[in-house]
Amino acid sequence: MNTPNPNERLRKLSLKERYAHLTRGLDWQPTYQDKKKIFPFTDYEGIKIHDWDAFEDPFRLTMDSYWKYQAEKERKLYAVIDSFAQNNGQMNISDARYINALKIFITAVSPLEYAAHRGFAHVGRHFEGVGPRIACQFQAIDELRHAQTQIHTISHFNKFFDGLHDPLHMYNRVWYLSVPKSFFEDAITAGPFEFLTAVSFSFEYVLTSLLFVPFMSGAAYNGDMATVTFGFSAQSDESRHMTLGLEIIKFMLQQDEGNVPIVQKWIDKWFWRGYRLLSIIAMMMDYMLPKKIMSWKEAWEMYFEQGGGALFNDLSRYGIRLPKYHEVAKAEKDHYSHQAWSTFYQYSHASAFHTWTPSEEEMTWFAEKYPASFNQLYRPRYDYWAKAEADGKRFYNNGLPQLCQVCQIPTFFTEPTDPTRISTRTKIYNGERFYFCSDGCHDIFEDEPEKYLQSWLPVHQILQGNCGGTTVPEVLDWYHLNQGADNFDYLGSPDEALWENWQSARKRVIAS
Amino acid sequence: MTSNVSITLQNTDDGRGIVAAIIADNPEAVVSTYPAMTKIDCPSRLIMNKTSIEQQLGREFDLHELNLTMVSISGNVDEDDDRLLLMWNV
Ligand SMILES: [Fe+2]
Ligand SMILES: [Fe+2]
Ligand SMILES: [Zn+2]
Repeated sequence: MNTPNPNERLRKLSLKERYAHLTRGLDWQPTYQDKKKIFPFTDYEGIKIHDWDAFEDPFRLTMDSYWKYQAEKERKLYAVIDSFAQNNGQMNISDARYINALKIFITAVSPLEYAAHRGFAHVGRHFEGVGPRIACQFQAIDELRHAQTQIHTISHFNKFFDGLHDPLHMYNRVWYLSVPKSFFEDAITAGPFEFLTAVSFSFEYVLTSLLFVPFMSGAAYNGDMATVTFGFSAQSDESRHMTLGLEIIKFMLQQDEGNVPIVQKWIDKWFWRGYRLLSIIAMMMDYMLPKKIMSWKEAWEMYFEQGGGALFNDLSRYGIRLPKYHEVAKAEKDHYSHQAWSTFYQYSHASAFHTWTPSEEEMTWFAEKYPASFNQLYRPRYDYWAKAEADGKRFYNNGLPQLCQVCQIPTFFTEPTDPTRISTRTKIYNGERFYFCSDGCHDIFEDEPEKYLQSWLPVHQILQGNCGGTTVPEVLDWYHLNQGADNFDYLGSPDEALWENWQSARKRVIAS
Repeated sequence: MTSNVSITLQNTDDGRGIVAAIIADNPEAVVSTYPAMTKIDCPSRLIMNKTSIEQQLGREFDLHELNLTMVSISGNVDEDDDRLLLMWNV
């Protein structure tokens, strides 16, 4: 007889066994409903999956550990946020110019976290396999956490500084914020496999380290303990997200050879979309961290040329190559941040953050980090603008820019082979001419013109009268931009006045 | 060309112990320190052993706890009860 011995302790299951129990056999096979109707989105992109169980999360994360460690992360983060607020941490940052990076972060990045939450909740419902479904469900919760913790953290700065008061409204309306918004809406309106290639692989695995890693280290270096803490707290989930990205790519490539060209096309497209979006990050890193850690160029070399190079080397065994136009990104690394900042400087009157011309000390640093471009091309421009400013003739660009139909960035980038010529491409489709910033964006349009001809381009919308009126002040009101406080240069802004006030109070304490 | 795998950890108390364990177990590891974080690169493969981390921290350590300290990784992952491996398959 086989009676269980009550004194024998059950052996603890291994990690592999626990993960297997969670992801195998808990699902059921439908009997009275057609499976195609339950999972209507997994076929139409042309990706063929023969065995969903072949997908495995290499961290083998289970529900119990997930909740346990996520709760721990939240406790740590909120302890820091509370003490930052209690100790007036906002007074201890390196310089108030830095806050402008947070203004971009809360309006351009945090809304993407929320959009990612929605996207992963959607694919977490619609994948047929339990392994990827659970990984996406974890991630959907993570991304909601990221949006919430960022809003909580930055709300403290909103008590003191301008431009932080209405991020979600601005995300949906402000001209330059259509760049991140259209990026994510492009991804979310694709099928589930393209969505994961776009967000988990191309964006999170290949590109976001550039945003969250050196930039957050920079936040720490500039005295912003609260931001580095939410940044690293979010990024600690990112290792898992990145791994989902890499695993889903390998899974598609292993399941069917016919998947390879489809995946390659998506990698090409989403590398370029993501890279263009990072032009904003390039500018934040180089221009908006008063104390600097590494240049955009160095970060690009470290994270894309070396890190990405190793990744694509590994994927070459499946027949995957480096994304198309990676060499254009390489050529642009000497110019990217400078061209982006110069553009925002000219449109400072219409932006919800402040700009400035770089100091002599910063320009010396740029010249050292960008020996092939800065003194030749960008220093003369800043010198000219600084002089105009000193003469009371601060330069503003009052024209509305030509936007790229795909990335929605004004076509200010230069030719990869000639940094003195603006790069534009055009294409006539159904009798209408469309404009692009690059071959990369042109090719994306050409592949799916019916998608991109629907782009909500802020400049076109303003000219059509859909943005609150026909004058700049009317449009800025429609953006909920607090005119005279949120926009224009840092010098002369209420932010500057407040900061200088804090600094002089500190000097009085030291002197007495 | 040998490709590096890479892990970035927060400069916290646990983080310091984990970095020490990685250095001890991976003689080829190259460590770069930045404000608030440490990046470790290693040719082809990097191992994180539970027992080495426990020795450094002086307490029991569940490898899933790495979740609290990791900032970024590069490489294929494989985790079981005793070790976490990062590798490129070339
Ligand atoms: Fe996120
Ligand atoms: Fe993420
Ligand atoms: Zn473009």
